[in-house]
Amino acid sequence: MWKTLKRWYHQLGSPRYFYRFCEAVLPWLIPVSLALLTLGLIWGLVYAPVERYQGDSYRIIYIHVPASSGALMGYIAMGVAGLVALVWRMKMAEVMLKALAPFGAALAAVSLLTGALWGKPTWGTYWQWDARMTSMLILLFLYLGIMALQSAIRDPRQAARAAALLAVVGVINVVIVKYSVEWLNTLHQGATLKVVGESSIDASMKWPLLISMIGLWLLYAANVLMRARTEVLSRERRSGWVRRLVRDEEA
Amino acid sequence: MNPVRKQRLFVVLAVLAGLAVAVGLAVYALRQNINLFYTPQQIVNGEAPVGAKMRVGGLVEDGSVQRDPDSLKVVFTVTDGKGSFAIHYQGILPDLFREGQGIVANGTLVSRDRFEAEEVLAKHDETYMPPEVQDALEKAGHPGSKPGAREEDAGYPKGDYD
Repeated sequence: MWKTLKRWYHQLGSPRYFYRFCEAVLPWLIPVSLALLTLGLIWGLVYAPVERYQGDSYRIIYIHVPASSGALMGYIAMGVAGLVALVWRMKMAEVMLKALAPFGAALAAVSLLTGALWGKPTWGTYWQWDARMTSMLILLFLYLGIMALQSAIRDPRQAARAAALLAVVGVINVVIVKYSVEWLNTLHQGATLKVVGESSIDASMKWPLLISMIGLWLLYAANVLMRARTEVLSRERRSGWVRRLVRDEEA
Repeated sequence: MNPVRKQRLFVVLAVLAGLAVAVGLAVYALRQNINLFYTPQQIVNGEAPVGAKMRVGGLVEDGSVQRDPDSLKVVFTVTDGKGSFAIHYQGILPDLFREGQGIVANGTLVSRDRFEAEEVLAKHDETYMPPEVQDALEKAGHPGSKPGAREEDAGYPKGDYD
């Protein structure tokens, strides 16, 4: 098990192998993610039953929860990539760090917007400076800050190290986002889906939610691979294998 | 692992641990400001300053909602099982407001047991279920089903409206 993981780590750490991996995975990852997302969203937004108190307005959960969880997981992945980039100076980790940010930032923004739209009919307000909402806003700013750092510093390796430090340190905020609703008094409710124990959502509403979540996560993964693939080609443009690839494309 | 990487790993983890402790202490020290609202227990214990503007939160006590039939004035009790006090409010309550529901109110604490709200927000808990499941739970007398009192709002007893 450990040996296999170690082999993958070294193989995917090679830009050339990573490029081939993307070419192999993306053709099925994109359609599968879109199919799951479409299935989950149509099921949730059209066919799932109404909620007892909220009526139809609860259906925004099928966008809000997948987007929020995607933004949090993407940030954790950026933290891991940042640690690898700082300690092992691995080029592919720097590429991943850059590739993970834009879609994650978009998901954090979607999470905040859908939350506000749901908050008005449910709570009676678009926004409160509650710990969950404020820390989620900080998550969006961290994403934007990492993107800004990467484009502000011209040398890609210097830029990656600055962004990596911010990514690693910002993981503390993910912990605050996750546990703010348990440790502090907030307007936002606690977690509905639980990894351990029974989720407090009826099964007829839970399945479309899980499918939308997995679909959006896979779409995020596909987006990251596409961005990373482009970044690899751009960084390795002087290497022999990219030159050969371009020549074969042109021929 | 070679010593240079080991040292870098150590430095990064030490920075992370140091910052985590610093943020943890800051959140702990500022928790009363970070907490969105005072709980009924804190109000009853005198931890909230009387006369100040603040937010309070709690569950609307069953059978405590009294509406004025001629205006938008409403009085209800919020509780957390360890304390309770009355909230006076004039205005439109959110759709989800009902007895047994968690709420957050923004306003002034006039005295230890009276809060005058300018804004009342409904909290939603993490439970999501379709109405049929709710009906089935109620028929079975399940304690998880809350009294859905929205239809009965008009029938609240008259009381002290000021």
